[in-house]
This record gives sequence, C-alpha cells and structure tokens, in this order.
Amino acid sequence: MNAKTLMYILKRIALAILTVWVVITVTFFVMRAVPGGPFMGEKAISEAAQAALEAKYGYDKPLMEQYVTYLKDILFHLDFGPSVKLRGRMVIDVIADGMKTSAKLGLIAAFIALVFGIVLGAVAALRRNKVIDKVIMVITTAFVSMPSFIMGTLLLLAFAVRWPIFPANGSTAEGLVLPIITLSLYPMAYITRLTRSSMLDVLGQDYIRTAKAKGVSGQKIIFGHALKNSLIPVITYFGPMLAYIVTGSLVVEQIFAVPGIGRNFVSSITNRDYPMIMGTTIVLATLIVIMNLVSDILYKVVDPRITLE
Amino acid sequence: MKKKIFSMHVDVDDFIPATDEEKEYMVQMRPSTTFFKDGMKRLMKNKIAAISMFLIIIIALASIFLPFFWPYRYDKMLGNTPGKPMDPSYNNLAPFQYGKTEQKRIDAGESVFPHIFGTDAQGRDYFIRVVYGTRISLAVGFFASIIVLIIGMTVGAVAGYIGGKVDIIIMRIVDIIYSLPDTLMVILLASVLKVSLAPALEGTILERLGVNMVSLFLVFGLLYWVSMSRLIRGQILSLREQEYVLASQATGAKSGWIIRKHLLPNCISVVIISTALQIPSAIFTESYLSFLGLGVNAPMPSLGSLASDALNGYNTYAYRLIIPAVVISLIVLSLNLFGDGLRDAFDPKLKN
Repeated sequence: MNAKTLMYILKRIALAILTVWVVITVTFFVMRAVPGGPFMGEKAISEAAQAALEAKYGYDKPLMEQYVTYLKDILFHLDFGPSVKLRGRMVIDVIADGMKTSAKLGLIAAFIALVFGIVLGAVAALRRNKVIDKVIMVITTAFVSMPSFIMGTLLLLAFAVRWPIFPANGSTAEGLVLPIITLSLYPMAYITRLTRSSMLDVLGQDYIRTAKAKGVSGQKIIFGHALKNSLIPVITYFGPMLAYIVTGSLVVEQIFAVPGIGRNFVSSITNRDYPMIMGTTIVLATLIVIMNLVSDILYKVVDPRITLE
Repeated sequence: MKKKIFSMHVDVDDFIPATDEEKEYMVQMRPSTTFFKDGMKRLMKNKIAAISMFLIIIIALASIFLPFFWPYRYDKMLGNTPGKPMDPSYNNLAPFQYGKTEQKRIDAGESVFPHIFGTDAQGRDYFIRVVYGTRISLAVGFFASIIVLIIGMTVGAVAGYIGGKVDIIIMRIVDIIYSLPDTLMVILLASVLKVSLAPALEGTILERLGVNMVSLFLVFGLLYWVSMSRLIRGQILSLREQEYVLASQATGAKSGWIIRKHLLPNCISVVIISTALQIPSAIFTESYLSFLGLGVNAPMPSLGSLASDALNGYNTYAYRLIIPAVVISLIVLSLNLFGDGLRDAFDPKLKN
C-alpha cells in the first residue's frame, strides 16, 4: 500500500466520522424542534417523571450545553435516554434486543443475494442474448422495479395465505423464510445486473484474449480470470446493499411481524417515541456509514488499477 | 509538374465547371436532423422504451382526466347521505356489486355506474381512489424531481463555473450529504416535520397539500439534489475542456454560440435522463413513506397508502392490495425502462 492509498483511506475515514457527527447533530436539533420536547408523551409518563427527566437532561440549561452533554452521553456511554413508550427500558437495550433478530435476517438475506446474484449474473453474461440471459434480465428488471413492501405483501399473500407453506408470523424460525426472501430479491436482482455488465466488460478485455490464445481452458478462463475480476464492482454495492436491507427491513418486519429493530422503529414513529427514533436513526445510520466506508476502502485496495482522486 | 507548397501558382484545373456527377455529391439526400429529432428517432426504434413511454402517457392522462367525469369522488363515502343514518351496505363492496339504494334504482330500470373495483371499508369507490392515488404518486414524483433538478443544477453549475474555493467547499458539503443514509434521514425529518410544520402551515395553500407532502418535498430539496449537482458540475468541467470546444473557439466562435451549440445540448441530455430516472425513485420513496404512515394525509390516497390500508384486510380483500401494487410496479418499471431508453437514444456515450 503506497502513501497515496493511505492518504485516501485517512480522508475517507475522516469523511465517515464527519458524517456520523452530522447525523447526530441533525438528530439532536431536529428533535429539539419538536413542540414540547422529545419526552412529551400523551399519557405515557407522569408529570413528575417528565420533570425529573427534563432536569436530568438539562432542559433548563442553554442549548449548546445540552448538545455537549448529549454528544458525550452517546459517544462514551451509548446512552440515548429512556424510551418514552416502553416504560422503564433504555433505548439502547431495546435496540440491542431487536438487533439480534434483525442482524440474522439481514446477514442471511445479504448472503443469499450475493451468492445467487453472482451466479445468475455470470450465467447471463456467458449466455449473452440467449433465452436464459433474456429471462434473467426480464425477471431482475421486474424485481428492481418493485418496492420492498409490495414484494413482501405479495409473497405473504402467495405463500402464507393462498398456499400456506410458511407461517405469516415472523417470530419463529420458519417465519423468517419469507422476510429473508423479500429482503434478498432486490439486492439479488441488482447484483445480477451488476455482475452481468462487468463480466461482459471483462470478457472483452485483452488479457482474456491472451489467455484464450495461450490455450487456457474455458473453465479456467471463467473462474480464474473473468469471474474474479468482474466481482470488483460488486464490492461497491456492499454499502448500498446494507442501506437497502436496513430500510427494507423496516417495512418487511412490519408486514411479517418480525420482532426486530425495524418494527420497533416503525412503532416508535407512530407512537412519537422520540428518544427511540433518535437512537435507532443514529445506530442504523452509523452502521450504514461504516459499511460504505469499508466497501469504498476495499474497492480501492483490491484493485490497484483504480486511480485515486 | 510538381507543385511547390507555398507557391502562388494557380492550378487552372480547379476552375473547371463541376460535372453532373460531381454535383450529385452536393445534393442533400435527406434533410439534416436536429439533435432532438435524431434522438427521438432512436428512441422510437427502441420498442421497449417506446411502449414504456406510451404506457406512462396513458397512465398519466387517465389519472389526470378520469376524475373529472367519473361519477364518484375519491373521498365520498357512498353510504353517507346527509340527514340519514349510515348505510353499511356500501362498505366493502366486491367489484361490480351495488349498495342497497343503488340496487333499488337498478330494479326500477335506472342505470347505475358500476364500482369496477368495488368499494373500500368506508364505502368509497375503490377505482377512483386508485386513479387519484396514481395522480398523487405521479405528481409527487414529478415535482420532487423538478425540485431536485433546479437545486442540483444551480449548485452544480455554480461549483463548476466558479471553481476554486467555492467549488471545494460546495463539493465537501455534497460529499457529506451524499454519504448520509437518505431513507433514514427522510423518515427522521418527515416524522418530526409533520409535527413542527403543522402550525406554520395553517391557513396557507400548502395546508391543503398536507404537512406530510410539504415535508416530503422539503426533504427531497434538502437531500436528493447532491447527485444531480455532482453530475452537472462534472459535465460542465469536462465539457469546457473538450477538443470540439477548442476547435470551435479556434475557428472564431463566440462564447454564446459555444454555450448554445456545444455545452447546452451535451449537458441537457444528461440532465433530462437523470431527471427521468429520478421520478421513479421519488415515487418509490413516497410510497415507502405512505406505507409507514408518513405520506399523504387521509382521506387523500396515494398508491403507497392504499396498499398500506389494504394490508389490514388482505385475507378477504387481496385484490385491494394487488391493484395499487401492480400500478406502482408498472409505473416504476416503465419509467425505468423509458429512462434507460432515453439514455441510450440521447447519450450513446453513456451506454455500457
């Protein structure tokens, strides 16, 4: 790794830290703009408790001081305050609980999307303009055009109601099958298209022709040269894929009643549980920013040909 | 005889009248096309893009004009007549069924306009709700893209033209906004703006539009312009350095001519294409927010809120979920295919 690459990585990390800081700051000021403050609940907490909370979070102090305390709480103690609606629970504990299920859901979906996407994309590229290529392209185009909540509800209608193969409730292990499929279809379709176009690009390169001229077997060309190089652009999709899975899981968990972080987030929006909205936004946003950072750095490190700005 | 390069010697052969055959070279075989005509011809040749375009036009025209002469209104609860108790026979009608009083009128020989998709749980004609929801979704997509276009183009052009420190500062801001997770920020802003904007909007025209819609547009204006401005800035920076611009300058073209004939046509296609591709993503976001309950205000329907409402009764009334789902997917799909076609037709350089 040369100095230029190192410089790029440092710059990129600085940008990521700045972004997380912007997210936290925006969240703070946006929540402060809510009339009545974030701890205003309809009847959730008694007035005495609310007064105690407001005293604890220093509502009587100047705004800047509040902001600094808030930043410190988050950075050093991961303290987002108590949930307004789920009485007696801290936001961070609710998030950690939901994260177990959501992480399982997301990771399996991402894995399925990667494996199937790469295989389908490679097949489509190698059989370019044949029937199988056209079928794959039509199906992936359809999947890319379907919002996740529609995909989810249609799968629910088909495989839980019309033909009850899987349970409609996502709290059991079998119940996670449909949410996982729902979450994986869009990234899978996207990765398929990405792999196909980059594979076609690679197959037209000179080094593939050289390999062919040297008499390397077709299999070795595909697996040793073409596939490996055409997977590099897929790395750039890691970040957006995580962002899609996170936001998609909000509605998918809602549809299939999966007890994860997404469902908590959605119900906190309808319940106006502001500390919960704040905490979840910051945690999920940080995750996405980190994933974007990792995929950007990987991309530059994996392929030395890529010029750095 | 060998001619010297700089000799003043005049070659008599150059002044022989042209023969008929030579004249034929100069005949215009077909009229020269403009940039736009050329692109349109290529677009029409692309069958998928052409079909998508007609689909979008038909859907758009239908959603604009059908509500004008449809006998039912999107928010009219048919079971409710002033001064009479609610007639529940109008609620949850299956397609082509009629309510009690309508049935009486039919029996008396009157003709009653059918409820093509039946009615919803509140006795509202579902077909017109879907049409109206399509109108709202398309309008949101269109206006959000226009907002993105205006802000993105202005910022991008300023950064590209002025350059220097201004450019650096603008691009750093763009970098940060670009790396914000947009959907999460949209949810955050929409859920809060909903509450804090409401008093500010009271009594203005915007109130009718609904607080959620205003916050949606605000959010789009705040967050989604960054990729557009990056694009425009890049275009302007690279176009200024193109050889044909240099060639044009060398042959004495004025900057007005260069901007009109070279920079604008080359920039505008990219702008139009990315605006066209922005519309489906805005429709996506709107339907997503409506599904989470952060979209249009009831009773106004959008395709997302219709699908979300239908989720409650999906066991019995699956078609109420499937209809808006199909319409959204159809709109997004055809807009995407049309956008791709536009790109291929107007900017062949971008085609991979």
